[in-house]
Amino acid sequence: MTIDADHSLAIRVNGETRRVPAGISIAAMLGELGLDPLRVAVERNLEVVPRATLAEVAVADGDNFEVVHFVGGG
Amino acid sequence: MTAHRNIASDSWTVAGRTFTSRLIVGTGKYKNFGENAAAVEASGAQIVTVAVRRVNISDPNSTILTDFIDPTKITYLPNTAGCFTGEEAIRTLRLAREAGGWTLVKLEVLGEAKTLYPDMVETLRATEILANEGFEPMVYCADDPIAARRLEDAGAVAIMPLGAPIGSGLGLQNLVTIRLIVEGAKVPVLVDAGVGTASDAAEAMELGCDGVLMNTAIAEAKDPVLMARAMKAGVEAGRLAYLAGRMQKRLYADPSSPLAGII
Repeated sequence: MTIDADHSLAIRVNGETRRVPAGISIAAMLGELGLDPLRVAVERNLEVVPRATLAEVAVADGDNFEVVHFVGGG
Repeated sequence: MTAHRNIASDSWTVAGRTFTSRLIVGTGKYKNFGENAAAVEASGAQIVTVAVRRVNISDPNSTILTDFIDPTKITYLPNTAGCFTGEEAIRTLRLAREAGGWTLVKLEVLGEAKTLYPDMVETLRATEILANEGFEPMVYCADDPIAARRLEDAGAVAIMPLGAPIGSGLGLQNLVTIRLIVEGAKVPVLVDAGVGTASDAAEAMELGCDGVLMNTAIAEAKDPVLMARAMKAGVEAGRLAYLAGRMQKRLYADPSSPLAGII
């Protein structure tokens, strides 16, 4: 695990690199991004994270997240 | 005198959910959310298809579909449009289930971009996996009565053959195969894709389909809200005609006025 001197973690969200504080939960990470955990679905490293556990699961360095919602489609 | 059917109680049921509207509409290609919502309202649809896509993390407060079409009033049917492998489709629907909490989903696994024809080998494989995971997949498929039966055996809760390629508006290209699927299926059959105008929707319903799904025919009409109304009427007209039982075709004329008493 590579933690920088400022104890932040490097993660990827929807293909973009972001830095978040160490120890942060996924729900808190979504909050930092301005997203409502109740309106999205989260995949971490190709595994769906159940919404009920978003506040409990800690973000790890190098995590790759996909955060999705419903959009118009056929 | 024959008893009239109580057409007011006409409904269809998919995976235990009963609907009175037989028209399912997409939510893509509209100019804006307001027009989309107005078209859904005019169509009378109780189910809309939606796509699962990345949230725009650069603009998290942008307006979203659920602000305009209330998922507590209209059933959201998450779709796998744009998926070209079973894995992509399954991954998408696992996320959809988490986003909405729904197991009723629409599966489509596309074979190529040019025709958007379904890849039936991948579609069948994904249907099996999804059904085993507790999903209730309504499945977009080729208009092939044998493939339809295979899908039903694999756990499809509805069979949705294309009438013509997605977004083509060509109308139903093979009435015979659609009718064969209707006759063979124990689950609902809905024509999905290819409808261009209201008479196409009526034609699908006259074949005995349980419903019709469309997006582009409404969204790309010059007046989408008016076309949504037309599609509602077309689906209803076709359904009533199917229930009424059409007359037999005959090769020559048969006068409507009595032959007796001609002056």
